[in-house]
Amino acid sequence: MSARGAALGLALALAVAVAVAAGAAAQAPTRRVTEQQVHDVAAQLRCVVCQTLSVADSPSEMASQMRAIVRERLEAGEPPERVVQFFVDRYGEWILLAPPRRGFTLLVWAAPVVAVAAGLLLAAVLLARWTRRRRAAPAAPPVVDPAMRERIRRELESGP
Amino acid sequence: MRWLIPLSAVPVLALLAYGFRVNPREAPSPLVGRPAAVFALQTFEGAPLALEAQRGKVVVLNFWASWCYPACYEEAPVLERNWRAYRDRGVVVIGVDIQDTPEAARKFVRDFSLSFPNARDTTGRVSVDYGVYGVPETFFIDRRGRIRAKHVGGVTDETFRTNVETLLAEPTG
Repeated sequence: MSARGAALGLALALAVAVAVAAGAAAQAPTRRVTEQQVHDVAAQLRCVVCQTLSVADSPSEMASQMRAIVRERLEAGEPPERVVQFFVDRYGEWILLAPPRRGFTLLVWAAPVVAVAAGLLLAAVLLARWTRRRRAAPAAPPVVDPAMRERIRRELESGP
Repeated sequence: MRWLIPLSAVPVLALLAYGFRVNPREAPSPLVGRPAAVFALQTFEGAPLALEAQRGKVVVLNFWASWCYPACYEEAPVLERNWRAYRDRGVVVIGVDIQDTPEAARKFVRDFSLSFPNARDTTGRVSVDYGVYGVPETFFIDRRGRIRAKHVGGVTDETFRTNVETLLAEPTG
C-alpha cells in the first residue's frame, strides 16, 4: 500500500465521517414543546370519535393518540400550521373545527356579517320613514264639525 | 317590503339544511387515488405485518374493533369468506384493530376464526394515516400500492367482489 493510497483511504474515511456527522446534524433536533403549544394545535382539530369536541378537549383514547402525534411533530420542528395540514391531508377539511375562509365555506363566515349589515340598513330605512312621517303630519287643531257642536249643546242642556 | 323579511330567512335555512344533511362519514376521503401509507405492525400471533411486503397484490385493508356491533360482526364472515376465495389470486385481506383491548380483540378473531392477518394499531398512527374516524372502514389498495376506494360501514360480498375484481382486472406492473 503506497503512501498515496493510504492518504486517499484516510481522506475517504474522513469524508465518510463528515457525511455521517452531517446526517446526524440534519435530523431536526428535538425542541422543547409546551403543553400550551400542543393544546393550540389540538384545539383546531375535531375529535373524530366525538364530533362536538376538539382533540384538545376530548377524553377519548383516539384524541390522546392524536395529541401525541401533534406533540411529536412539533418536537421535530414542524410549524403548527403544517401539523394541522398533516391531519387535513388525511381527513379532509372536515377535521377542522373552524371552516376555512375560502370557497363554499366562506359563506358560513360571510352570512352573519351580511345579516348584521342588512339589519342595520333595514333599521336605518325604517327610522328615516318614521321621522319623515312625523314631520309631515303637523299638529292641526282638532276640527269640531257642526253636528258634534249640536250634540254637545244638547247633552249639556239635558243635564241631570 | 312586507315579504322581503320572511324571504331573507330562506337562504339561511337552505344553508343550514344543507349543512345538517351532509354526513361527514360520507364525505369523500382525500386519500383516494393517493399512495397508501406504509405501516409495520405485529399480528396477534406475533408475526411482522408490513404493507410494503404486499406490493404486487391487491390489498383489502379493514379497520375494525370488537366493540363495533353489529357492523363489524356482520362483515367479519364476509371478509373471511372472500379472503379464502381470493387468496390464490393475489389478494390479501389485512385487519387492523383500533381503540380496543387485546383480550376482546383476540376473542373476536377467535370467534370468527379469522385466518387473514390481523394486527392491533396500538398507537393510533395507522388510523390517523388512513383518516379513519369510525369502524368499520375498508380501503381497497391496488397492486401499485395506491388507495383506490374507501368503503364506510360493513363490507358486503358485493362490495368486496366489485372492488377486488376491478383491481384484479387491471394490468399488472
